[in-house]
Amino acid sequence: MLIITFAILLPFLVAILIPSLYKRIPSRKIGWFVLLVPLTLFIILAGFIPTVAEGETYIHTIKWIDSAGINFTTYLDGLSMIFGLLITGVGSLVILYSIYYLSEREALGRFYVYLLMFMGAMLGVIFSDNLMVLYVFWELTSISSFLLIAFWYHRKKSRYGAQKSMLITVSGGVAMLAGFLMLHMLTGSFSVRDIIATIGQYTDESLFVPAMLLVLLGAFTKSAQFPFHIWLPDAMEAPTPVSAYLHSATMVKAGIYLVARFTPVFGGEAIWFYTVSCVGIFTLFWGSFNAVRQTDLKALLAYSTISQLGLIMCLFGLGSAALNEGYSADSVIYTQATFAALFHLINHSTFKGALFMVVGIIDHEVGTRDIRRLGGLMAFMPVTFSIALIGSFSMAGLPPFNGFLSKEMFFDSLLNARNLDIFEMGTWGTLFPVVAWIASVLTFVYSMIIVFQTFLGEHQPNRLDRQAHEAPAGMLVAPSILAVLVVGIFFFPNIVANYVLRPAMQAVYPPFEGAEGLVPHISAWHGFTYTPLLLTIGVVLVGVLLYKFLRYWRGVYTIAPLSWNLDTLYNGILMRAEQGSTFLTRLYMTGYLRDYLAYIFIFFTFIVGGTLFLNGSYSFDLSNDAPIMLNEYIIIFVMMGAAIAIIFAKSRMTAIVLNGVLGYSIAIFFVVFRAPDLALTQIIVETVTTALFLLCFHYLPEWKREKLTRFTKVKNALIAVSVGTVVTILALSVQGNKMFDSISVYFEDAYELAGGKNIVNTILGDFRAFDTMLEVVVLFIAGIGVFTLIKLKARKEEQDVEDQ
Amino acid sequence: MKINDVILETVTKIVVFIILTFGVELFLSGHNNPGGGFIGGLVLSSAFVLLYLVHDIEGVHKGIPFDFKKIAAFGVLLAVGTGVGATLFGADFLTQSASHFNLPIFGETELSTVVLFEAGVALTVVGVVVTIILSISEDV
Repeated sequence: MLIITFAILLPFLVAILIPSLYKRIPSRKIGWFVLLVPLTLFIILAGFIPTVAEGETYIHTIKWIDSAGINFTTYLDGLSMIFGLLITGVGSLVILYSIYYLSEREALGRFYVYLLMFMGAMLGVIFSDNLMVLYVFWELTSISSFLLIAFWYHRKKSRYGAQKSMLITVSGGVAMLAGFLMLHMLTGSFSVRDIIATIGQYTDESLFVPAMLLVLLGAFTKSAQFPFHIWLPDAMEAPTPVSAYLHSATMVKAGIYLVARFTPVFGGEAIWFYTVSCVGIFTLFWGSFNAVRQTDLKALLAYSTISQLGLIMCLFGLGSAALNEGYSADSVIYTQATFAALFHLINHSTFKGALFMVVGIIDHEVGTRDIRRLGGLMAFMPVTFSIALIGSFSMAGLPPFNGFLSKEMFFDSLLNARNLDIFEMGTWGTLFPVVAWIASVLTFVYSMIIVFQTFLGEHQPNRLDRQAHEAPAGMLVAPSILAVLVVGIFFFPNIVANYVLRPAMQAVYPPFEGAEGLVPHISAWHGFTYTPLLLTIGVVLVGVLLYKFLRYWRGVYTIAPLSWNLDTLYNGILMRAEQGSTFLTRLYMTGYLRDYLAYIFIFFTFIVGGTLFLNGSYSFDLSNDAPIMLNEYIIIFVMMGAAIAIIFAKSRMTAIVLNGVLGYSIAIFFVVFRAPDLALTQIIVETVTTALFLLCFHYLPEWKREKLTRFTKVKNALIAVSVGTVVTILALSVQGNKMFDSISVYFEDAYELAGGKNIVNTILGDFRAFDTMLEVVVLFIAGIGVFTLIKLKARKEEQDVEDQ
Repeated sequence: MKINDVILETVTKIVVFIILTFGVELFLSGHNNPGGGFIGGLVLSSAFVLLYLVHDIEGVHKGIPFDFKKIAAFGVLLAVGTGVGATLFGADFLTQSASHFNLPIFGETELSTVVLFEAGVALTVVGVVVTIILSISEDV
């Protein structure tokens, strides 16, 4: 199905168009134009829902580097479907919201280019079947989110947040790459489907566990799991639409996606089960615990997102246990955790997206997000209040909102997990519901803080920057749609379950295909004795008490081990690393070209000479060499003479001319050895470089004889002699030593294979075209580099970067 | 810098066209004879360099109002684009193909996608070389 490939590429294509469009149309209109992209994609994806619900999957391959097994394969199944719908659906709403949120004075063109780039990268992550392609898109999401967080780059905090998020997520990504490569070594395939199909044979290999842990590292950093969660609160410096999109609905869920996608690969292993579920549940607790103490609404939401991601992660961990024994009537009950995870994933995107937008509205209309300055806004912003109420109560797990359903299923899954008779869950299993219950109480508390401390209580107009009033209608549309969804899903959860969650469950549990009970019937009411309901009632009771007496127990946060945080550690490591590298760089970056040349030559001598020595390949055999003709002797002596003369040259002009002699003599050599292509290239390159030399010649400083110390002279002589020796040995031993078979046989058929009589050219254009292409790219980068270095060095920064 | 040298200027007027023609010839004949995108591009750019050496930059710029950075960028896009183009037809990345056509004036001619790829290479070379030389000479 080419259309999925098209869906990934469309945002990129539109992103390329935007800069030229931005100049021509009024800047406010550009948002409406961009809105078409996710909307179109959402409609296209929605069209797949019925067939995917029946178990259909779509795959399409575009060959890329086929010989290395790296192809651009897109794969649409239930799991990628959910994420695709979230990315495009929430994406549409966020863009709609951003049209009203961002003022026309902002660099809107840049903003939408980044956002579209991000959207395309996210779609690439979820639809790619090939691990390498997935990795490329994965890092692209990190880079585009870096650009988005640093959108207001004149603020110091934005730059800090962007750097932090990028450092953490990219390092996780690199770890993940290593994991992918290990998987490739194990299974010989980069295709996720192939790996899932064959993984059973490899679980005992020694690389299996490292690969698993490395992949998890990627997932945890991206999904802001403890202890990598520290980037998420700082990422809140981004404009609110970005926070709503990246940091609640999509990017942070890439890690969740990865865990879900790899559950069939690694699930059923004790290490996977414990790592995912324990990290998840601790993140759930830690996030909710820290959310309560925040005074900035956006920071509060950031910690709450961390906590909710932990919840989803924990559920995926628990759900993976079902794969341990394969399908049976007993094990199918453990799949309910995964079901709850997927369900909560959708619910979380709806209510958290709405809440972020609400916070953006408050910030936009009142000028502050500080809870201590807010209060009593209900009278001024009734619609915003309603949305906030719906979102928060859903997050707290109260009926009649969708969060209630998934929260109950969460409790239910935790209680089930206690009965697991594998992985020693009998002993440790009880801890899970306890921690989860405490975290839920805290979740309830901070949800109440969002609603009541912002919208109720005393209104303090003198502490606000602007007069409080309701947001314009356009800004309220997007969060209202999400709020309607929050309520809608509560009343019709089984539509979601049957059409969206069922195929996703099958994607996570391929061995359970068509199994009974994989997709339970979601109902809001199970009777009074239903344990999760009792737990929810307990959460509400204790939560209300804690909220009432918040100011009495807030002092808890000042206790030493709790106020200690990982940010200090991160900043410390960063500072040390910078100091260390500065120190190291100062050691060798002297600013003298001659020093750098010396490094290069010494390095060359040791690496090449050393390799020759270690391999014992410095032997050579002269018997098969062609006889040297008289004219060749003449050229060689001319060259030697010119080379020696350069050393004794009195003026710069003489040196340049002698250097030219060397270059042209090499060209003559090529002619003698019947390589007209090379000779031509050499002559032109020589001419152009000499021209360049002469251009600068007039402006170069006086050529002065330097008084060198004896030590420098000896050092230079040593380096020169050793490089010369190594090159000579290398040239001579090329004849005698062949580690690999010659590939020249391949080129003998150039005319039949590539249709060209010029073998050099067919090599450049056909056989080794990849090299040539990359060389062209390198050349281009070098050219741009020279241009910017020369042109921009003197130009002062036009925009003053202020350190706020 | 402006050099006043009548002989050089007169010779250049003729020689530049010879060099340009030679560059195009090298580029086109590349597949079967010595030549190709890289050399062709270099020869073409040496013609431009000669022009810039003899006349002043502003004067040449009036006659050839190209932004050579854009030419280089276009070249890279073209080279990469032909590679991507192959994937659209289900072939591997960078697969090239050629076949013979009977054209009205040229008779039987071989048309090959490599020419497009090589054109990308040539344009990049021209763009980059001229950009570098221009920036250095404008700077000093």
